[in-house]
Amino acid sequence: MDIKAKIIDEEGLNRTITRLAHEILERNKGSKNIVLIGMRTRGEFIAERIRKKVKEIENLDPNYGVLDVTLYRDDFRTRLKQPEVSVTTITFDVNEKDIILIDDVLYTGRTVRAALDALMDLGRPNTIQLCVLVDRGHRELPIKADFVGKNIPTSINEEVRVRIQEVDGEDAVYLINTQIK
Amino acid sequence: MSLSSRHLLGLYGVPKEDIQLILDTATTFREVLERPIKKVPTLQGKTIVNLFYESSTRTRISFELAQKRLSADTINFSTSTSSTKKGETFKDTVRNIEAMKVDMIVVRHQSAGVPTYLTKISKANIINAGDGLHEHPTQGLLDIYSIKEKLGKLDGLKVCIVGDVSHSRVALSNIFGLKTMGAKVSVCGPSTMIPFGIESLGVKVYNKINQAIAEHDVLNVLRIQLERNAGERIPSLREYHNYFGITTERIEKNNRDVLILHPGPINRGVELSSEVADGPYQVILDQVTNGVAIRMAVLYLLGTMH
Repeated sequence: MDIKAKIIDEEGLNRTITRLAHEILERNKGSKNIVLIGMRTRGEFIAERIRKKVKEIENLDPNYGVLDVTLYRDDFRTRLKQPEVSVTTITFDVNEKDIILIDDVLYTGRTVRAALDALMDLGRPNTIQLCVLVDRGHRELPIKADFVGKNIPTSINEEVRVRIQEVDGEDAVYLINTQIK
Repeated sequence: MSLSSRHLLGLYGVPKEDIQLILDTATTFREVLERPIKKVPTLQGKTIVNLFYESSTRTRISFELAQKRLSADTINFSTSTSSTKKGETFKDTVRNIEAMKVDMIVVRHQSAGVPTYLTKISKANIINAGDGLHEHPTQGLLDIYSIKEKLGKLDGLKVCIVGDVSHSRVALSNIFGLKTMGAKVSVCGPSTMIPFGIESLGVKVYNKINQAIAEHDVLNVLRIQLERNAGERIPSLREYHNYFGITTERIEKNNRDVLILHPGPINRGVELSSEVADGPYQVILDQVTNGVAIRMAVLYLLGTMH
């Protein structure tokens, strides 16, 4: 792993999540109608943390689910490796709800497109708002995040890697060089 | 992870990892089946032909539903309404269908080995939906999935296949698949219905149903197939029921629970009493629901393979 920079450390991540939770609550006037949906795999844990923060602030536990978008992907024909599907666990009604869709990195926007289609198949939410930890640019579709942890302008030869305690054993965001020297 | 073969011809020789992958993938599709919109766009643009040379209700509807829920385009072919009646050979029929650019073929045929033959004359992915007395792999997989769903494990479980084992493709697929997953498999039925030498597959033979019920966690009860001349091998259906039929009394004499599976269609009062067929021990309709999920999993894994 050719690390260029550590963009966010453990404390920084905690602060960013606190701010995102406050922004979400401010925009939606509280947590009464919101549901948090994390996208597998890293988004799931970021969503879980935002949920804890929201609970601390509002004393109300919002509904929380996990979305797997594999079946809605647009790259089945071009990918070399067959993607592994996993289960979506959304056990509540999404109709008339304000969905906060949460992911780690926003890049081309294709995963978000797949997620929007998947969510629409579950019902008719009132709104869907996108929350990402990092926006690294290079969009290929007209998609924009409503809540952004950090904007990081990147080059095509770089990669933003979010590492989360639950999966990777540490909380950090790295900028990685993928260009072969 | 992807499957090690681009066809599903049987469960014989299929590695454990492949079966596990299909079972895990089916869990995803079980969730899709609970949604208000039970459809995902995954196989959009893929064309699948259901080539049914033998009558079928359950398997065919199940496959068709699985294909539609994955957004594939499907064509149904059945012998009664096709040019087979005009004398066209099987090979010609398949080549013509293939010339129309199809991606997958689901085939059921009265002769064993037809799916394997198809892999030689067609470029499509082939899925066996039952060939003669050979195998019916998706039925085997859905049985395995249903057992795992109810009992939480497969390793070390004791499963007995009851009935006309010698004329059952379901039995063979169950034996191969379950043994690969670590279960202990045995068979039970009148000796006229147990194939000679089946012990060589590593299964134990029981001739008394009460003993079979007492010593197993699961009974997979096969249908007495009158269309395959089952009448020649038993004196009467009534006598079969008296000696081998699964009844509530027989189950309850046993002091531990036993899970009852049946591939359908049921002959009530023959292999199962009506009370058992509707009772608390059976999972017959869960098997049908799981069947759609298993077929979606197989179609997904083969259809998105490179």
